[in-house]
Amino acid sequence: MTSTTIRVPLPRKHRGRARSIPMTALGIVFLGLMVFPVYWMVNSSLQATAGAATATWFPTNPTFSGYVAAFQQQGGNFVSSMIIGLGTVVVTLLVATPAAYGLARFRMRGTRVFLLVLLVTQMIPTIVIANALYTLFNDVGLLNTYAGLILADSAVQIPFSILLMRAFMESIPPSLVEAALVDGANDFRAFLSIVVPISRNAIVTAALFTFLGAWGDFLIALTLTSTDAVRPITLGIYNYIGSNVTDWGPVMATAVLASLPAAVLLVVAQRYIAAGALGGAVK
Amino acid sequence: MTVSARAGVAAGPLVASGRPGRSRARLASGVTRWLFIAPAVVFVAVFFGYPVVKNVLMSFQDYTTRTFFTGEAPWVGLANYAQTFGSAVFTTTLVNTALFTIGSIVMQFVIGLGLALFFRRNFPLSGFLRGLLLLPWLLPLIASSAVWKWLLDQDSGAINQFLGLFGVPAVPWLVSPGLALVAVIGVNIWLGIPFNTTILYSGLQSVPPELYEAASLDGATGVKAFRYVTWPSIRSVVSVVIVLGIVYTLKVVDIILGLTGGGPANSTQTLATNAYHQSFVNFEFGIGAAISNVLIVVSFLFAVVYISISRKAADE
Repeated sequence: MTSTTIRVPLPRKHRGRARSIPMTALGIVFLGLMVFPVYWMVNSSLQATAGAATATWFPTNPTFSGYVAAFQQQGGNFVSSMIIGLGTVVVTLLVATPAAYGLARFRMRGTRVFLLVLLVTQMIPTIVIANALYTLFNDVGLLNTYAGLILADSAVQIPFSILLMRAFMESIPPSLVEAALVDGANDFRAFLSIVVPISRNAIVTAALFTFLGAWGDFLIALTLTSTDAVRPITLGIYNYIGSNVTDWGPVMATAVLASLPAAVLLVVAQRYIAAGALGGAVK
Repeated sequence: MTVSARAGVAAGPLVASGRPGRSRARLASGVTRWLFIAPAVVFVAVFFGYPVVKNVLMSFQDYTTRTFFTGEAPWVGLANYAQTFGSAVFTTTLVNTALFTIGSIVMQFVIGLGLALFFRRNFPLSGFLRGLLLLPWLLPLIASSAVWKWLLDQDSGAINQFLGLFGVPAVPWLVSPGLALVAVIGVNIWLGIPFNTTILYSGLQSVPPELYEAASLDGATGVKAFRYVTWPSIRSVVSVVIVLGIVYTLKVVDIILGLTGGGPANSTQTLATNAYHQSFVNFEFGIGAAISNVLIVVSFLFAVVYISISRKAADE
């Protein structure tokens, strides 16, 4: 991963402003095309489009009726998504952080194989997991429960989080941990008091990705629930668009609200996100 | 995979003193070290190992809703596979999966590389714009599906509104069997561009600037520099992006279910959505498992390619 993230500045020849301003303009055009759907989502969430009426290009007469409807119809689902997202972060970090350290530091037989297995899990289609998990969850009573969804979402996120944090933890100088061990701390204490604080950034990155993954999960929730007992917001949106939509306002308002965590994270934690994208893909 | 069998060989270098009194501490330390990894091993075994094995078993069973009441899932040999391979829908599904994957990958890669090359030119705001580009990639897939379903709506969607300005009659993007797959591929391309751009950009950043300087002395600039300097330097990143792209595209379910549900007339049904439909709509879990296994074999072929590429890249 390190080899790909080192930023090598290009030799900047003396290109004048005359050349770079059109580049910026072109960049804005490209970005505009790419994020137009996101604009349209926000734009039409502020308009009433009931009946045959269509959304206009700008929300000149903004209305929040879409959001009111979204809260009325989907409010509980947001709470469900929040519980699932936070629960998944907790379980994933509890399992993945020690494992990442163990795989980064301890030379044991089988760790290389396990790393390979972790890499392979990333490629197993979720529908394959869901198919068999449904029968297992049915047997042990985990269908339609928060615990079931949190466990399944965690399982999906754990391999990626381990790979991400391990890449960082490998770079911690062993001497730091050895010093604590010499002072009489055991491996676990040294891990908690030294490795975890140093790895804060990597852990935050893993937590962000885990939350986004669990919050945005659709397929696991779709397959491992059969009643309305536990309904994340993604299923709420799916229910909206699965039928013939007559008023897109509430649908788009719900989509905007469901997208808020991603937008917030992009603003406050962009560098973590870029690091995570690379960590998961190249490593 | 027992913990105790491994603990003996697990002593790390820190407790390598040969004194006999320390052997107990050594063993304890080995066990502790395994405890770091054990929960993750259990998770992977239960949530990846078990499902893969269980799917293989289920694919040879008549596993339906009835099974959940009676507990009986009679063995049927290859009947599920025979039924799957014999159905006309399966052929459609295979063709759709191939078109969906190839179409998505080619366009995502070409556009992603174009944008990566563009953003490499460090102009004012380039970093900021490149960061915002990640937004579509971070949104919940089903939220993206919702907005695209609205954009592509035949009667009042923004795309047809825009085309209408040029006198183009309303295009039935998601409701015509001939167009739906094209539309779904288009949306998936949009989703994949940020990922491709980000990885390829980082690949471009790791090309040593000296190479370009040397090449320009030899007269290789512009397209020639790309052909002889850039491309050879980023080839391993390119392979990783493409193979990962294929594996991720094969998995796609959210987008298709959200946009078309596999319809109209199965025109957007892929292996993954078909497996979903058999298991969770028709409750034919045995047949769903058989299709899942076809999907997993295809994914694993590419996974092997991916791992050998990243191994090779690591050795270099």
